[in-house]
Amino acid sequence: MQKRAYFGLYIVIAILALLPLVLPNSFYMDLAIRMAINAVIVLGLNLLIGFAGQISLGHAGFLGIGAYASAVLPTHFGWHPLLAMGAGAAATGLLAALVARPIFKLKGNYLAMATLGLGIILNIALRNEATWTGGPDGMPVPAFGLFGFELSSDKHWYWVVAILLSVSVWASLNLIDSPFGRALRALHGSEVASRVVGVDVVRYKVAIFVLSAVFASLMGSITAHYVGFVTPNLADFFHSIELVTMVVIGGMASVYGSLVGAVLLTALPQALATFEGWETVVFGAILMICMIFLPKGLVPTLAAKFGKGE
Amino acid sequence: MLAQFLQFLFSGVTVGATYALAALGFTLIYNASNVINFAQGEFIMLGGMLAVFFVQSGLPLPAALVLAILVPAVVGVLIEKLAIEPVKGAETVTLIIITIGASLVIRGLTAVIFGKGTHSLPAFSGDEPIQILGATLMPQSLWVLGVTPIVVVVLWYFFNRTLSGKAMLATSYNRVAAELVGINTNGVLFMSFAMSAALGALGGILVTPITLTSYDAGIMMGLKGFVAAVLGGLGNGLGAVVGGLLVGILESMGAGYLSSAYKDAIPFVLILFILFFMPRGLFGARVTDRV
Repeated sequence: MQKRAYFGLYIVIAILALLPLVLPNSFYMDLAIRMAINAVIVLGLNLLIGFAGQISLGHAGFLGIGAYASAVLPTHFGWHPLLAMGAGAAATGLLAALVARPIFKLKGNYLAMATLGLGIILNIALRNEATWTGGPDGMPVPAFGLFGFELSSDKHWYWVVAILLSVSVWASLNLIDSPFGRALRALHGSEVASRVVGVDVVRYKVAIFVLSAVFASLMGSITAHYVGFVTPNLADFFHSIELVTMVVIGGMASVYGSLVGAVLLTALPQALATFEGWETVVFGAILMICMIFLPKGLVPTLAAKFGKGE
Repeated sequence: MLAQFLQFLFSGVTVGATYALAALGFTLIYNASNVINFAQGEFIMLGGMLAVFFVQSGLPLPAALVLAILVPAVVGVLIEKLAIEPVKGAETVTLIIITIGASLVIRGLTAVIFGKGTHSLPAFSGDEPIQILGATLMPQSLWVLGVTPIVVVVLWYFFNRTLSGKAMLATSYNRVAAELVGINTNGVLFMSFAMSAALGALGGILVTPITLTSYDAGIMMGLKGFVAAVLGGLGNGLGAVVGGLLVGILESMGAGYLSSAYKDAIPFVLILFILFFMPRGLFGARVTDRV
């Protein structure tokens, strides 16, 4: 099991290393970068949704905190981008920890409501505080530099996100097989049973929620610097839904499912651009069809079909 | 002072009544299937848009309104048959994504067919404002405030005095037991989608002369209806009505006295606050986990 899990990691690294050689132009390079960014966020979110069984419909809000920290702090206060990114992640972690305790007393649909509400409040705040955030139009983000070296070309960014993604996959695989990961899976299986064997259920839920929120915030910062511009759409309800959909379509509680989900759903809008005006209809129909016929998601369904399993 | 307060109260109760109808829609489907139907807001939008379309195409108002309720009901039934019944017992997240997919399809089709513009519907009985203690009340508000209680009473009668209503209640209490005594729970599911789509559409039609409508008007309406349903305690019909009115009034007061820019955030701040202290809403039943 352990060996096979790492085998997948090597394949991911190999694909990431070889991909730039086959990508024909900068359009695909850009797509690959955005896929990798989403994949890291989805990995974190899948730990929460898939492994721990807790839903969040407000994760784009955390992404927004990271993105806007990287935009606002360097622009208005002259902070170093790295410091801003750290501050964003710290603020996200703090907020997530603060709301997590009361939120995780809730279950199922009540939890969905609370996280959804949190995300929407964050988004409305970003839209309204125009003096700082540029309001609905968004604001430009200064370039990211470290030790006099500025990340500017797509190539640079590709390697940054490729390394981040590989590390995240490795970390997720390890986390799942650690006592922490086993506790998470236990509380997904049966909360009462895990409480009985001594798992501090609330503490684990809070921890994984904070961790996935910080993941989202950091990648929000990366997105902001990479794109060079942020808008409140980054933090809206629909984006939260997109992220959850990536988790579920790829496969809940599946590390490689997260990657597949992120890749497919990042590419889908590009592919649908040809449908002029019908994109929303087709996108919605695909979501429904996937969930009706593959309710467990692509990777777990296929894995079960070919008798391997992860 | 009083005039201003009354003004906020009137607009709050009017929009709150729409939230209440939406929240009742959430409640009906939730009770029959444990599904939170994220497409509920689209029924509200669809009701308003179709009413505009049918009136513009020359139908007399009553016929246009009836059609604008029936078509969404059919859409609701289609969603249930095609997308909800086949995946019964799936995880909450899966069901949420299916209903969100349905809402995208409805919203997208509406944009394709009717365009992305904003539409309005003439008020049912004129635009002559009524003066009450210095505050003005639009006649359309009276329609909203008159129809909503009638709907609530009819629903109460249905659930307490008719066999089909009691079958729906029984299913919401215990699905397996209901099946054992011979209740057709699939039929209940079917009915609940038809009824909740019709309720949403009705709310959308009534409020469109006041708020206008467009293809994307259902998103916020639906989410606030969800807030109202959770506020009252999911599955509780009376709670849904109280929740809807409360959300509407507080939103209107907050917009008037505190900040109109943060108007849309008020219901969500409210629900977070309530859930922190009352994890099952205002009137939610206490449940004990069975192991």
